[in-house]
Amino acid sequence: MLFHAVLFYLFSFVLIGAACGVIFSKNPVHSIMFLVLAFFQSAMLWLLVEAEFLAIVLVLVYVGAVMVLFLFVVMMLDINVEAVQRGMTRFAPVAIGVALLMAFELVQLIWLRSRAGAPPGGFEAYPEGYSNTKALGSVLYTEHVYAFEIAAVVLLLAIVAAITLTMRKRPGLKVQNIAAQVAVRAKDRLRVVKMDAEKKR
Amino acid sequence: MLEFFANLVPTSILDIWNSLPPLVQYLTIVTWKILFVTIGVILIVAFSTYFERKVIGSMQARIGPNRVGPIGLGQPFADVIKLLIKEVVVPSQSNKFLFVIAPLLTLIPALAAWAVIPLNDWYVIADINAGLLYVLAITSVGVYGVILAGWATNSKYAFLGAMRSAAQIVAYEIAMGFALVGILMAAGSLNLGDIVRAQAGGFSNWFVLPLLPLFLVYWISGIAETNRAPFDVAEGESEIVAGFHVEYSGVAFAIFFLAEYANMVLISSLTAIFFLGGWASPFEGLGFLKPVAEIPVLGLLVVGGFHWLFIKMAFFMYTFFWFRATFPRYRYDQIMRLGWKVFIPVTIVWITVEGVMAWFKVGPWSGLAG
Repeated sequence: MLFHAVLFYLFSFVLIGAACGVIFSKNPVHSIMFLVLAFFQSAMLWLLVEAEFLAIVLVLVYVGAVMVLFLFVVMMLDINVEAVQRGMTRFAPVAIGVALLMAFELVQLIWLRSRAGAPPGGFEAYPEGYSNTKALGSVLYTEHVYAFEIAAVVLLLAIVAAITLTMRKRPGLKVQNIAAQVAVRAKDRLRVVKMDAEKKR
Repeated sequence: MLEFFANLVPTSILDIWNSLPPLVQYLTIVTWKILFVTIGVILIVAFSTYFERKVIGSMQARIGPNRVGPIGLGQPFADVIKLLIKEVVVPSQSNKFLFVIAPLLTLIPALAAWAVIPLNDWYVIADINAGLLYVLAITSVGVYGVILAGWATNSKYAFLGAMRSAAQIVAYEIAMGFALVGILMAAGSLNLGDIVRAQAGGFSNWFVLPLLPLFLVYWISGIAETNRAPFDVAEGESEIVAGFHVEYSGVAFAIFFLAEYANMVLISSLTAIFFLGGWASPFEGLGFLKPVAEIPVLGLLVVGGFHWLFIKMAFFMYTFFWFRATFPRYRYDQIMRLGWKVFIPVTIVWITVEGVMAWFKVGPWSGLAG
């Protein structure tokens, strides 16, 4: 148990440090790498409460795909550090307002939980051989199938909307006709010419 | 396994071992397991560079390395020593910290993924239930090293290489993940050891035939994930010099090199585990071969074990080199087209077919609960 506590505080401190790093680093690429670190640490925290499916999926989806695309976009920006800093002071009141609101909500939640009398022992350990991937899968496609399908449709809609919003139809756009490229044979492009050997003078 | 070692060592040492607390015993065993696997992977990497040069050499009617040691076997070590004593040049306009850390970010996931790979029936460092998910998650992290190397170098060539590699790896990861969904459906488990056990009983029970489209998609995507020819546009010598590692030299380059080959060995082993029955022998199901298993050396061919995983892995490594010597580099838009418009539809169709077959209880996975 002590080992768990030490790990919990280690991961939490690194998580908070990384989260601060996201905000305070001046270079957006550094911010993203701090965010990746923060995701990893929260995955570790989830592993500590034996939610290994969620932990691994967090790394797989957010670190492996979403943050790569973030990095992809951010790297292409021409970063002007001074302009970024000026923006920071301009938006500071809004940011502080949001932060205060979130802190208030969290405190309220904790206060409500403590009144209801949360179990002091924390989470119960699962029995040996328990797979929470299986447990999640067995309810996701049966009990919660409608919510799951609706979420999928909303995501699909978002994809289509994002593409239609950013797609620009330019006149004179050249596209490749893949079928025509595949159908090409050597004799369409190449003509072998037979010639008599020239006589040496 | 422990009984086997217990017979080898004298009883006095065994007494000391038994007096240790269980946690210390556990940590000692795990540390040794990790050391064995890591050193094994690094040695395989070293000799596969030699193997590659010999294979490609013979395919192009050359001799290949033959100067250092007998038939050139010392060549990998000569190369490593050369790289280690060379100077590491850090470009002055680069982002120093990310430039130095990027090679490590590619190497660490390539080695960390070995934690869940079962080498035979009992030798696996961490026998976890979510092994397949762990492999997917860890290998998807490796792309950061390539992207950051390209960006931190502050060079146009390196940056182009990083962009290409990021788009390519994200595209093929999806096809790979879908191919693994098929494996998961057929084996009914995420544990890599259980996936191999589900294929026990000879060649006809391996997933390679019933899941042939997924096997092809997984294997080709694996080549694309490791940035090997014919998908090596991230390096593309003729277009962008050396791509993301254009400014890397000495040890830093050696680490990139090690990571690339470690990833190749990893993908080869994973393909063997998922589709070719891992450590299982192809002759397992044949009854008339039972007496052969008693013969000292020949019997090894009938009984499953690490040697079978190694043979399958070596075969896939050979095809890596074979492809490199055979195919010209893909055009970039064709790579994207293949990943998004060919492989992903193929996997989705085959997963549907598999689901329908499992529902009507036909095929090798008919034993699964529909």
